[in-house]
Amino acid sequence: MSDATRLSVFKTYKLYVGGKFPRSESGRVYEVNDAKGNWLANAPLSSRKDARDAVVAARKAFGGWAGATAYLRGQILYRVAEMLEGRRDQFVREVQDAEGLSKAKAGAVVDAAIDRWVWYAGWTDKIAQIVGGGNPVAGPYFNLSSPEPTGVVTIVAPQESSFLGLVSVLAPVIATGNTAVVIASEDRPLPALSLAEVLATSDVPGGVVNILSGRTAEIATPLAAHQDVNAIDLAGADEQLAKELEVAAADNLKRVLRPQAVDWVADPGTSRLTPFLETKTVWHPTGSLGSGGSSY
Amino acid sequence: MFHRRQEESSTGAKGCERNVTPERKLCGAEDFTSRYARRYAPLVTMPPVPKSDKPAKAEKAAKVDKADKKVKSVKTESAATPAKSPFADVTASDATLRRFLHGLPGVDTVGLEARAAALGTRSIKTTAKAYAIDLAISMIDLTTLEGADTAGKVHALGAKAVHPDPTDRGTPTTAAVCVYPDMVATAKAAVAGSGVKVASVATAFPAGRAALGVKLADTKDAVAAGADEIDMVIDRGAFLSGDYMKVYEEIRAVKEAAGPARLKVIFETGELSTYDNIRRASWIGMIAGADFIKTSTGKVGVNATPANTLLMLEAVRDFRAQTGVQIGVKPAGGIRSTKDAIKFLVLVNETAGPDWLDNHWFRFGASSLLNDLLMQRQKLATGRYSGPDYVTVD
Repeated sequence: MSDATRLSVFKTYKLYVGGKFPRSESGRVYEVNDAKGNWLANAPLSSRKDARDAVVAARKAFGGWAGATAYLRGQILYRVAEMLEGRRDQFVREVQDAEGLSKAKAGAVVDAAIDRWVWYAGWTDKIAQIVGGGNPVAGPYFNLSSPEPTGVVTIVAPQESSFLGLVSVLAPVIATGNTAVVIASEDRPLPALSLAEVLATSDVPGGVVNILSGRTAEIATPLAAHQDVNAIDLAGADEQLAKELEVAAADNLKRVLRPQAVDWVADPGTSRLTPFLETKTVWHPTGSLGSGGSSY
Repeated sequence: MFHRRQEESSTGAKGCERNVTPERKLCGAEDFTSRYARRYAPLVTMPPVPKSDKPAKAEKAAKVDKADKKVKSVKTESAATPAKSPFADVTASDATLRRFLHGLPGVDTVGLEARAAALGTRSIKTTAKAYAIDLAISMIDLTTLEGADTAGKVHALGAKAVHPDPTDRGTPTTAAVCVYPDMVATAKAAVAGSGVKVASVATAFPAGRAALGVKLADTKDAVAAGADEIDMVIDRGAFLSGDYMKVYEEIRAVKEAAGPARLKVIFETGELSTYDNIRRASWIGMIAGADFIKTSTGKVGVNATPANTLLMLEAVRDFRAQTGVQIGVKPAGGIRSTKDAIKFLVLVNETAGPDWLDNHWFRFGASSLLNDLLMQRQKLATGRYSGPDYVTVD
């Protein structure tokens, strides 16, 4: 068969919920165009029920992921970076299409995204040292603070930076043991939906990351009000939407990370690791631990 | 019933032709319209079929009124002495019982499952959903049947049955709590004065592998402790080896031992292998005097499914059409979500009819289902999706 007669095989982009790739429960799709307005593909247009299902999946996965050792989480995130490296060309193409960059610039963005996974993979078992530790107290106690993941986190992914921005907000959330429901960039969802394929093949347990595409406001509103979501990152919400979501989130005292101007290429530091941590403090009576040994 | 039919037939009555309504009703003591009886009674009693001419139309019309009245009076009579006389000759011997059960029409597996699946696709929304959720809550037998059950856990369960959602006192109570016999007294105290019933499993639940004396003692013990309802298991071993009479006699004996308590008969459909067996078991249970027929113990791999519940609903529907006696149905095990529960309610409404849409006639054996119903209820009330943090951990 010659190349001229070969039928093109289009990729069906799907959601990523609970480790599976379902279509939207609503059956809807919407057209995704590249930066010049040419049609690229159809992406699923998620409904609030997809959001609800994603939260159920994320909640189910939370115990196992939060309970995994930090070292193991680091290994798994590093494996995500390995898998991304193998699919570099695909992501360069998708970022190029989505953001209208040159091939060289798109390549730099993908490299930065891969490096960011590695960066956060390294932080999984080190964050406890900088935000936890032993506290000096005036009494015969050990007093220890340790950071704990907060639970299910909804992430409104950045609208402009469809891949590096997404990785920069997603990786810190799961590095610390939270599970995530990600609302991909509304106009540029394809790199996010492809990232799901990488996550599915890199030992990240199903449900730890759930990726939804569609109208940001439609999906984010029920998630902000959802009683079983513990925190929300508003990185990709515009000012008006961010305000509405924050109001809705106040009902069950969600942690809210407000949108802020971020240079995604710059060194991220630890500022995105800490907002979705809770501090558990343990008072431990020491008794007399002298040379005579333990008294209990 | 079949016996009487034989008598009338042999006296040479004009009736007993299938399509002659008034005569048919006259010749059978009961409403003889059930297709089971019509088609398979000959297998049981083998009456000589009289070759009589059909009566003239005018004559027939004249008899209709009279016939109807007679049928009505018979019905009330049968309600007074339920389910005994109509099947006296069916249960006369092992052979007749076997012939009756094996004479029941075979189940169309594909058709049954397709119908159950089709009814599961109904979309129930808004006010209908709110109604269904409250109805489902009121039908739950809130169950704890664990080796690790403590008095404290049973107390907590009782409190939850009385006030399923403490933040909304408008929530209906559940129908009952279901516990092991030794916890009946505790459960009774926990739900005292609320109208919530106490059901107890008995007869060596869940295996049912014990001597009859032990099973009866188990039952009496539970009733003495105050159980309003008894959930018994049938002897599946006897059933599967074809000893239907033993199963029948055992249900009869337990029914007697249970006295005033309503008797639910568990077939453990997952162990009966075929739909035909489930239909046969349903009929044994109903003939033997069960007040409820129940799918499963919840202790085996396959529990209540829409298909086997549909089959049992058809059985109780046909049984009432034939005898006038209404019997309840209780699917148990594996029903965890509101969606599932609503599917079952659709099955009930479409199969047995709205008469069964009441917790006197239909129950869910469940524990985690209640939390999901409550979360859905909260979602309807507030518009916000609820989570497991807002219901009790059982």
